[in-house]
Amino acid sequence: MREFDLQNAEVRLLNQALHGSDLAGQSIEVVNPGGKHNVAAGAQFETQVDIRGHVGYYCAGMNQNARITVHGNAGPGLAENMMSGSVTVKGNASQYCGATAHGGLLIVEGDAAARCGISMKGVDIVVGGSIGHMSAFMAQSGRLVICGDAGESLGDSIYEARIYLRGEPTSLGTDCIEKPMETEHIEELKDLLNKAGIKHDPAEFKRYGSARKLYNFQVDNVGAY
Amino acid sequence: MSSKIDTSWLRESATFSKPVIREIQRAAREGIYDIRGAGAKRTIPTFDDLLFLGASMSRYPLEGYREKCETTVTLGTRFAKKPITISTPITIAGMSFGALSAQAKEALGRGATEVGTSTTTGDGGMTPEERGHSKLLVYQYLPSRYGMNPDDLRKADAIEVVVGQGAKPGGGGMLLGQKISDRVAEMRNLPKGIDQRSACRHPDWTGPDDLEIKVQELREITDWQVPIYIKVGATRTFFDVQLAVKAGADVVVVDGMQGGTAATQDVFIEHVGIPTLPATRLAVDALKDLGMHREVQLIVSGGIRSGADVAKALAMGADAVSIGTAALIAMGDNAPEHEQEYNDLGTTAGFYDDWQDGRDPSGISTQDPDLGERLDPELAGRRVANYLRCLTLETQTLARAAGKTNVRNLEPQDMVALTIEASAMARIPLAGTDWIPGFSGKF
Repeated sequence: MREFDLQNAEVRLLNQALHGSDLAGQSIEVVNPGGKHNVAAGAQFETQVDIRGHVGYYCAGMNQNARITVHGNAGPGLAENMMSGSVTVKGNASQYCGATAHGGLLIVEGDAAARCGISMKGVDIVVGGSIGHMSAFMAQSGRLVICGDAGESLGDSIYEARIYLRGEPTSLGTDCIEKPMETEHIEELKDLLNKAGIKHDPAEFKRYGSARKLYNFQVDNVGAY
Repeated sequence: MSSKIDTSWLRESATFSKPVIREIQRAAREGIYDIRGAGAKRTIPTFDDLLFLGASMSRYPLEGYREKCETTVTLGTRFAKKPITISTPITIAGMSFGALSAQAKEALGRGATEVGTSTTTGDGGMTPEERGHSKLLVYQYLPSRYGMNPDDLRKADAIEVVVGQGAKPGGGGMLLGQKISDRVAEMRNLPKGIDQRSACRHPDWTGPDDLEIKVQELREITDWQVPIYIKVGATRTFFDVQLAVKAGADVVVVDGMQGGTAATQDVFIEHVGIPTLPATRLAVDALKDLGMHREVQLIVSGGIRSGADVAKALAMGADAVSIGTAALIAMGDNAPEHEQEYNDLGTTAGFYDDWQDGRDPSGISTQDPDLGERLDPELAGRRVANYLRCLTLETQTLARAAGKTNVRNLEPQDMVALTIEASAMARIPLAGTDWIPGFSGKF
């Protein structure tokens, strides 16, 4: 186990270490993160990183392979553009968590703020609480599970991503509709909840996705925007 | 059949000209704005409105073909561990695989590499062909983040954070479904054949303070190795450039309204943004005001066509320029050999701008495999290299005439303006006078 105390060490030192293979397979403990930005950005190898405290912007950005846990709250852009691995936040996450992420699993055990999963490109996101407005905006692919409620304009201009919502949306965004929960969706959701370690009955969720009416621009649809 | 009516006496309305009438009729028929490629077509003040004075009694010229005139430029000296050095102050601007064929992207890489300069990716990510054929490749970080991944980020020689584009500052883009091939769809993680929206703003930052942290994130992921550019469309250029410097840019790229696009509304292209000429002056002012001129390098783009344009941009204080539309023309866009096919598309060589349609007879702005095959990357790359060499020679010719041993030693005092508008915008005296409209300081 390797420890980085960010009260005394620069974030640079931690990130440099996460970009090398020397720590692959090891556990890393990060203490006193103090809300610093870009903590564990660009991790490349299969390491277990435990961050004991709150982090600022872009924690775990573009993560590949690493399993990163924030034992606190996370600022904006958590796990943005993540490719693989997993990121877990024990507290809440600020705006745009999981933005444009291509893969891996992002778990927010508390609430997530606005634009959660914006433009997501294949990532799976499970939020234990509620999420803010414009979440899954232009979401391309992947799955977003919300165990609480969703703010305004959920899934606006969504493409092929799937949304599972246990509570209620304040409103649905343009071209986002409720879709039937088939057996495959129940199984998919059960698997995601299991991976996230969150216990809920999949039958309590509704599924949302794209009506696919705006996939090709037609002048008759301009009123939808 | 020719008209039997004498029309020679008819007076065309300046307000309702034939193109205007045609556009009204088209809008009434189709109910949607016109989308096209290329940049602004309207008449605006340009570098053509400036002249070099050349050497005379008080200036000593350099011998053409004999005395050296340096063209090498190093970009990214502020923070990057590995700044990039280009042999000519002319780079290739960002154009996407998707908007352009794979053959065209390869050709741009080949041409740029042959003369020792950089080329740039675009929306849609980095292709192996482009990386493989580009010695120096700038990787664009765009709002859509199509194809964005840390592996390619680390393969780049520089990163360009795109905030805006001269053809459409404040606007996003739309790659129409007919250009979405299997490969483009896979790279962008979207179904084949659907229109792909390129967002107008980044998904995870909303202002210059956020951008500063974003730039730091990119530096962290790439271990502070490569330069980070910030590209803005020319609008509030003075403030935008200062904010880009504040956000930590190594290089600022300012793209004027003549800058091209693959697909944007005509109303946007023609009516938003400012020309490259005033944008260059504003950008240099901003850098000088911060004491960062030359420390943060400035690249200007938008309507650069000749060595004269390059030399004038440098004389105004830019460190380098970028070309886009001109490079496409050099490769074969709008070539007369395709005249019959241009006619079939309702246009003629020299006027084809429907780069959004994917039916480009030259095989450049298309994803149609048959059309793409028409473009020989080696030949097209050679043409790009030839064109870049020509621009460089022209730039050197003008610099030598002004007595400069380095093209970047050209200065505003080497020029005069031909029009009052250009004089005011470039802050260069009107020829034959010491007058600059709106300026009372010492030139």
